[in-house]
Amino acid sequence: MMRRHEWILLGLIVLAFAGLGMMSDRFLTLDNLLNQARLMAEVAIVAVAMTLVILTGGIDLSVGATLGLCAVVLGALWQGAGLPLPLAMGLTLALSGLCGLVNGLLILRFGMPPLIATLGTLALYRGLAEGIAQARSVRGYPEWFSTLGQGSFAGLPVQVWVMLAVALVALVVVERMRAGRLLRAVGHNETAARFSGLPVQGAKLAVYGISGLSAGIAALIFVSRVGTTRSDMGTGLELDAITAVVLGGTSIFGGKGSVIGTLLALILIQALKSGLLMAGIKGDGTVVLIGLVLILTLLAGAVGDRRA
Amino acid sequence: MTRFRRDYGHEILVALAILVLLVAVGAYAPRFVSSRNLAAIFSGNAYVAVAAIGMSMVIILREIDLSIGAMIGVLATLSGSIAVSGAPVWMAWAAPVLGGVVISAVNGALVAYARIPSIVVTLGMMAILQGGLISVTGGGWISDLPEGYRIAQMTVAGVPMPLVWAVVLTLLAGWWMKNTAFGRSIYLIGGNPLAARAVGLPVKSRIVAVFALHGAFAGLATLLFATQLQVIQSTTPPNLELIVITAAVIGGVSIMGGAGTVYGASLAAVLFAAMGSALIFVNVSAYWLRALIGVLILLTVMADMARRKRQMRQEAQ
Repeated sequence: MMRRHEWILLGLIVLAFAGLGMMSDRFLTLDNLLNQARLMAEVAIVAVAMTLVILTGGIDLSVGATLGLCAVVLGALWQGAGLPLPLAMGLTLALSGLCGLVNGLLILRFGMPPLIATLGTLALYRGLAEGIAQARSVRGYPEWFSTLGQGSFAGLPVQVWVMLAVALVALVVVERMRAGRLLRAVGHNETAARFSGLPVQGAKLAVYGISGLSAGIAALIFVSRVGTTRSDMGTGLELDAITAVVLGGTSIFGGKGSVIGTLLALILIQALKSGLLMAGIKGDGTVVLIGLVLILTLLAGAVGDRRA
Repeated sequence: MTRFRRDYGHEILVALAILVLLVAVGAYAPRFVSSRNLAAIFSGNAYVAVAAIGMSMVIILREIDLSIGAMIGVLATLSGSIAVSGAPVWMAWAAPVLGGVVISAVNGALVAYARIPSIVVTLGMMAILQGGLISVTGGGWISDLPEGYRIAQMTVAGVPMPLVWAVVLTLLAGWWMKNTAFGRSIYLIGGNPLAARAVGLPVKSRIVAVFALHGAFAGLATLLFATQLQVIQSTTPPNLELIVITAAVIGGVSIMGGAGTVYGASLAAVLFAAMGSALIFVNVSAYWLRALIGVLILLTVMADMARRKRQMRQEAQ
């Protein structure tokens, strides 16, 4: 079930792991690998959902802002409004789904291009987060809440279980069920899909809802991991997620791509990030790398397409 | 007159919105319309208007540039570094314009010849510029800028230089886009790329050229932005890309390409600046400004989509 692009990614991962293992004897330890998995969980959850969006030919630039808004709202509901934390978490997840549905409605009901609609909601959601937070942060979350982002269950970090569950569901749905074919059909040729009687509108609404929800789940994990909420959380998350999806071989025009590719790309990016970190290059250097990798992958793809 | 209203309906609307805002908030808080505050609004944000000119051309071409904010950050640092190095001032002025042309032409070439969507190209470029700038400079400040470098502080016959630049550049670019073959071809390529190719326009090289021109405007905007204060901070001004794109969109430049004017974009930049200042005068926290901008973007685009639908229906009849 793996395509050529995915085998190439797997080869690159093996190379990266071998190289990093030789560079430092700390890299290939269980502790480090688990820690790397913990660090990639938030982006991975969002990137898997983003794969579905891009498969339908759409895009969601608002995921980072949705994460920020959810984090701030969680803090406001819990500390500001005094709600019990589990209820606040539930409401936050509901809000994230709603954020996604609003994107979907703007795109479907008003016919806005996804790029502009989600650029607008990026400003709106981030703006709401800033307005609600007023530059204050919320701290002092209870002990049990921190297990989500800092604890372990059966040997794996808790959020890695969440990530695996999300990835597994997406894999089964996209690769093994009719829904996956529906998403590809919408992305490949929306008009044809509509004339074939496929539920195009429902599919699009669903993927944006799922994308928003994934940002909400990532927000809970993020807040739990760092133990504080700030309105600038998740800035640039959309870039990380889109890069993983595109590097994973999903066409930015929709119709072609896979969840496996996205997952492999996420592992490769995380390995490169930690490699640069070990080589003493700070976080900003890795942003450059992500940008370069994104453009070069597409450039290689464009050259390959022309030859084919 | 009716023809003027038809051609510039949206621009008139934005101008009226500015007027209403000035009168309404001015009645509530007279200091809002004091000459000092007005000068701050108009000349302090002239760089957004200048950047929005180039961005309008790119959007009319049915492309987009998300890297403009990071580009202005990099170009400001470049210009400032040259200025304090003891090189002649004209070099510190020319460098950001040239640099903008080069960076933006690279974006354009990737869009035109590698056929990567401009949203992805410029998203990647944004990451490269933003990360690269902080890696190289560590986000420090450039101070002790030499005398005679700070363009934004100069005046022409008493009028602040940024205002002069914004007005002159807007009028020039607007005239050029309406009255030259090259300028008009931008509308044709953005409105109907297939027709543009069919009539023999060199679409690909035009895309690169328009991106390069946009880079030159970004460089000019950088000069106004960088010389505003006593120091230049070597980081990316946050969300500047969003502000510039929003100015173009709210100014009536259609995100579907092919329609809009730079006049509207420049006016919208002024509208924003006035809005941001007004928030403070009516005692609303400035932290709500971005949410307000988000709502404005969505409303403007909704109106644009509705107008298109109406037009299509009329044409079908």
